[in-house]
Amino acid sequence: MTDQPADLLQRWVTTQAGDAAPWVTDQLATLAQGAAERDLHIFLGLAPRKLGKSDLVLSPADRAAADAAHAGWEPQGWSIDGAARVLGLLRFKAQRPFAQVFKDLRRTADAGEMIALYRGLPLYPEPETLDFEVGEGLRSNLKPVFEAIAHRNPFPRDHFDQHRWNHMILKALFVGSDLGPITGLKDRANPELARILVDYAQERWAAGRPVSEELWIPVRPFADAPEIRSRLDRARAEGHLEEALQ
Amino acid sequence: MLIDPHAHMISRTTDDYQAMADAGVVALIEPAFWLGQPRTFVGTYVDYLSTIVGWERFRAGQFGIRHYCTIGLNSKEANNEELAEGVMEWLPRFALKEGVVAIGEIGYDEQTALEDKYFRLQLELAKELNLPVMVHTPHRDKKRGTSRSMDVCEEHGIDPGMVVIDHNNEETVAETLQRGFWAGFSIYPSTKMGNKRMVELLKQYGGERIIVDSACDWGISDCLGVAKTAQLALESGVSEETVRKVCYQNALDAYGQSGQMKEDDWLNPPAIDQRTLYEGNSILRGGREPHIETPGERRAKQLLIE
Repeated sequence: MTDQPADLLQRWVTTQAGDAAPWVTDQLATLAQGAAERDLHIFLGLAPRKLGKSDLVLSPADRAAADAAHAGWEPQGWSIDGAARVLGLLRFKAQRPFAQVFKDLRRTADAGEMIALYRGLPLYPEPETLDFEVGEGLRSNLKPVFEAIAHRNPFPRDHFDQHRWNHMILKALFVGSDLGPITGLKDRANPELARILVDYAQERWAAGRPVSEELWIPVRPFADAPEIRSRLDRARAEGHLEEALQ
Repeated sequence: MLIDPHAHMISRTTDDYQAMADAGVVALIEPAFWLGQPRTFVGTYVDYLSTIVGWERFRAGQFGIRHYCTIGLNSKEANNEELAEGVMEWLPRFALKEGVVAIGEIGYDEQTALEDKYFRLQLELAKELNLPVMVHTPHRDKKRGTSRSMDVCEEHGIDPGMVVIDHNNEETVAETLQRGFWAGFSIYPSTKMGNKRMVELLKQYGGERIIVDSACDWGISDCLGVAKTAQLALESGVSEETVRKVCYQNALDAYGQSGQMKEDDWLNPPAIDQRTLYEGNSILRGGREPHIETPGERRAKQLLIE
């Protein structure tokens, strides 16, 4: 039987927690027994104070276990306090729907908490109820919060409708985020996105600004569609697009 | 390296952040305060607190400046009892956020009964959470208001070493220091303290427990208050050691008691922060001389907007 994500997180966090390991174990047990939300707030607040903020140390086997526990889950780049926060939220036995608990936490989160909350997205119960909350994160002006959703996170691939997916890709380009780490970048390519991206490239060329090479990844599969082809022909005629789509 | 331990950056521009970074400011503290316009809903106050622990912290990090804040209900808005009661319920949650180095700025404005009530309640909160306190002293009836603020801290059994009494002047400083509190000075034109006067005070009192800040906000104020004071003090023959204390070390010692502010935060930040929240201070690392110029000059010099 494969491990559940929470079991993996608990193993990684307690292994790395040193002297604070008993504190983590004890707190998680309390949260799992239906503690008050105040206890959850305090656990989330104390996590970086007790555990520090070092990177979560993961072996190749750990990463494989993560992917086996939840397809596409990539916890590399998580910090130990962030992992503990997600774990606390997974273990917490809430008295009200998960999305309401999440909303309350998100409204008052500091930047580090916000990043952790959104990195945990693929692991939470009732993902369909988190639609609004995910939208708030995508609209964030904090690039690392946006990237907590967009990068190395299978939630968008698995749950976004096409409109939201396309706008996430476009926002990534606008805020200077890499497209490479977006889970499902090729799988979720679609003709509408290809058209938006080519139009966006045209705007950039017109302004004399560079165009990210990564932009062409989701365009390539549709390069021969008539609507896209005509735009690309125009770009070639204007001297752009030397090797981008070869 | 400089620290500005009182700067309301939510009211300032990116030019100011750039100028502060160029002048050698590596860290600053943003006290929760009055926005110039009263909040009339608890929710707007809550979102303001979220902004100073979230977005503003990130914004500062983009300029290589570490941002900390204090959480509190200011004295002016303490007079709106309905708002004050609501805000008090939210404060404990915010007081434990990352980078919160004190409860503040709290204290008296008009010295009303409601101001007194919420000042005391917040002192108790600071005591419970073992956090330092930043005390705003009133503009009007200042001397008496400052003494009273310290009386109340003592009454609640707060260690003076955990309290920064801010906005001191020539009339209040002797008592503040004598009673063992940290003495903050806001280099704020026209109303609080000028940097020439500040230099005279440094010559008289030395650097023990004195903290210089800019208190820059939405009024006519100077985000380079600390840097300009440091420069003027050095030019006036104040020792480097004293300048370092009042423009860097004392603030770090006082607010570092929260456990949320360490020199390593800017000299050796955690990898996760370097990837997400803090761009690093390339100017500092490059060893360039800090320089001071005014925002007006910066704008005028640059013609092209790209």
